[in-house]
Amino acid sequence: MNDHLQEIFSTLKKNKLRTTLTGLSVSWGIFILIVLLGAGNGLKNGVMSNFSSRAVNRISLWSGTTSIPYNGLKSGRNLHFMEKEISTIHHEVTQSDLITARSDKSQTISYGSEYGTYQVRGVMPAYSEIEKLVIQQGDGRFINQLDINQTNKVIVLDRKIVEVLFKGKPALGQYVKVGQLMFKVIGINSKKEQWGGSNAYIPFSTSQVIFNPDKKFNQIMFTVNGLETKAANERFDEALRNLMGRSLSFDPQDKQALWVNNTQAEYIETMKIFGGITIFVSIIGIFTLIAGIVGVSNIMLVTVKERTREIGIRKAIGAPPSSILKSIILESIIITAIFGYVGLMLGIGVTELVNFLMEQAAAANASSDSMQMSVFKNPTVDIGYAVFATVVLIIAGVLAGYLPARKAVKVHPIEAMREE
Amino acid sequence: MIDLKQLHKSYYTEAISLHVLKGINLHIDAGEYVSVMGASGSGKSTLLNILGILDTYDSGEYYLDGTLMKNLSEKQAAHYRNEMIGFVFQSFNLIGFKNALENVALPLYYKNVSRKKRNIIAMELLEKMGLKDWAYHMPSELSGGQKQRVAIARAMISNPRIILADEPTGALDSQTTVEVMDVLTNLNKQGITTIIVTHEKAVADATNRIIHLKDGMIEYETRKENGVHNAYIHAVQNI
Ligand SMILES: Nc1ncnc2c1ncn2[C@@H]1O[C@H](COP(=O)(O)OP(=O)(O)OP(=O)(O)O)[C@@H](O)[C@H]1O
Ligand SMILES: [Mg+2]
Repeated sequence: MNDHLQEIFSTLKKNKLRTTLTGLSVSWGIFILIVLLGAGNGLKNGVMSNFSSRAVNRISLWSGTTSIPYNGLKSGRNLHFMEKEISTIHHEVTQSDLITARSDKSQTISYGSEYGTYQVRGVMPAYSEIEKLVIQQGDGRFINQLDINQTNKVIVLDRKIVEVLFKGKPALGQYVKVGQLMFKVIGINSKKEQWGGSNAYIPFSTSQVIFNPDKKFNQIMFTVNGLETKAANERFDEALRNLMGRSLSFDPQDKQALWVNNTQAEYIETMKIFGGITIFVSIIGIFTLIAGIVGVSNIMLVTVKERTREIGIRKAIGAPPSSILKSIILESIIITAIFGYVGLMLGIGVTELVNFLMEQAAAANASSDSMQMSVFKNPTVDIGYAVFATVVLIIAGVLAGYLPARKAVKVHPIEAMREE
Repeated sequence: MIDLKQLHKSYYTEAISLHVLKGINLHIDAGEYVSVMGASGSGKSTLLNILGILDTYDSGEYYLDGTLMKNLSEKQAAHYRNEMIGFVFQSFNLIGFKNALENVALPLYYKNVSRKKRNIIAMELLEKMGLKDWAYHMPSELSGGQKQRVAIARAMISNPRIILADEPTGALDSQTTVEVMDVLTNLNKQGITTIIVTHEKAVADATNRIIHLKDGMIEYETRKENGVHNAYIHAVQNI
């Protein structure tokens, strides 16, 4: 094999300039392809990271105000959820999994002389999982069922709040004042709120007793399983509106009465868009590659034409057709593979560099309170693509070399050697 | 070794067809030293190319070592060219971007002999040709006679049974012609069937048998007797 490669390199060396020019066009094509793929991936990763900061299959419900009269009831009624809706969803929505009620109240929280105003959320234990809160080792725990049952006055604080109130002193087990009541700090959440802002979490039952003696609230969040398509989500949303309509007495068509935010549906839509982007980039890639193949093929044809005499000589001294065929195709593979790899490496290099710079920028930003929403993240191409690309390059080389090789095989030794 | 029976060959170019070989009957024994003479266009090269399986013929039969050379695949043709035949051309046909040694060694590449081994063999041959010092020179740096000796070395490297030379001295001066003919004569003495196409009487006289072609037919032939040609004329062949 080594010997064959040496034989081929000796002919490649003969045409250094042309070999390089052809090769560079392949490099360029692959480079562009990788950068495009990287950009596509970056966009996708960026948007996906916004999704993955919470459960992708989350459905949020807000009770609203009716805008359509229903069953003799006037429009303009303010609707509220009660515990009943929670159990209705829990029992009747078979796809539902984790569920929490949510009730927000803006409150001043203080510890000693330090204080601040924050959203205090009355939530159930599942909230933590639905919103993917992060309670690190040694940072305590989230609200549990016992807290709910016993209407414990316990509180979980976002790290920001802990920093403001405790200034580095230990917070766990300490008592903070929420409004007029003392709450024991049981956990610290390290996950940052996407849009900035900081929250504190207390047991839903406690929150209702303190803030909503009428037992009303206006937000329910739950996760669903098995809704794989957009259509399934639409059907689900409709069924959910019907169910809630019956429970709260409103017209299921009344969009104002119940706000439904279905992340799952958004997710599916977004995935579709990225599917489209991937297809788009792939098509560009395929055309780039075809252009490369045609380019290499053309150059190889010229090479074969120029080498007609040499090929004729080789045949006259007994080169079998398979050897001629092999040498031209191998030559083509070598050009596409080597230069393709150069393009691949440059492309990966550039995407990695951009990624590195972005991570640096992100690290610099992390301390500030700016929006954490990213539209571009990790714009790289994984190693699977590289392996795939190698295979594709080799196939491309074979395709590019095939026609010229056939032509070389058909060279008639006598006529070839007559050429000057 | 070589047997031709009623061999015909025409060239077809667009509308015109040119009947070049018109029924050649020829027998050449192993080890013979033969030259082919004749006017330009009489079909000498055509004949030699067919003998060297570089070209095909239309009708008749060509037996090489008892095997009918007809309807060969490209692969078979390449095999015979590589194993049985060494070709030497008027224009040398060395590969310009390979040095003398690499040129000589090339046929062995197609026999899958390792680079190291074929370079050793090629070097031995170059040494025999008196070209040891020129082994690493490119063809463009060699004189005509040197190039032709490199070409002969290349033809020799796969130990062919037959050497076919088409005007091997056509591009050489009289001094180098003598050198090259000495080499070829030596090869024949080693038992290799040698067939030389030539215009030059002196070259033909070096061989033991001269075949005269005229208009695609063998007009007559002479054999050397007591070191001299023209001793007698063999039967003129008719179609
Ligand atoms: N490939 C070809 N196509 C068409 N005609 C050809 C071809 N090769 C040779 N001829 C013609 O066939 C005839 C015989 O050619 P050939 O080369 O055999 O002659 P030759 O005896 O070797 O002549 P020379 O002494 O000039 O080399 C010539 O008229 C030549 O023009
Ligand atoms: Mg000729």
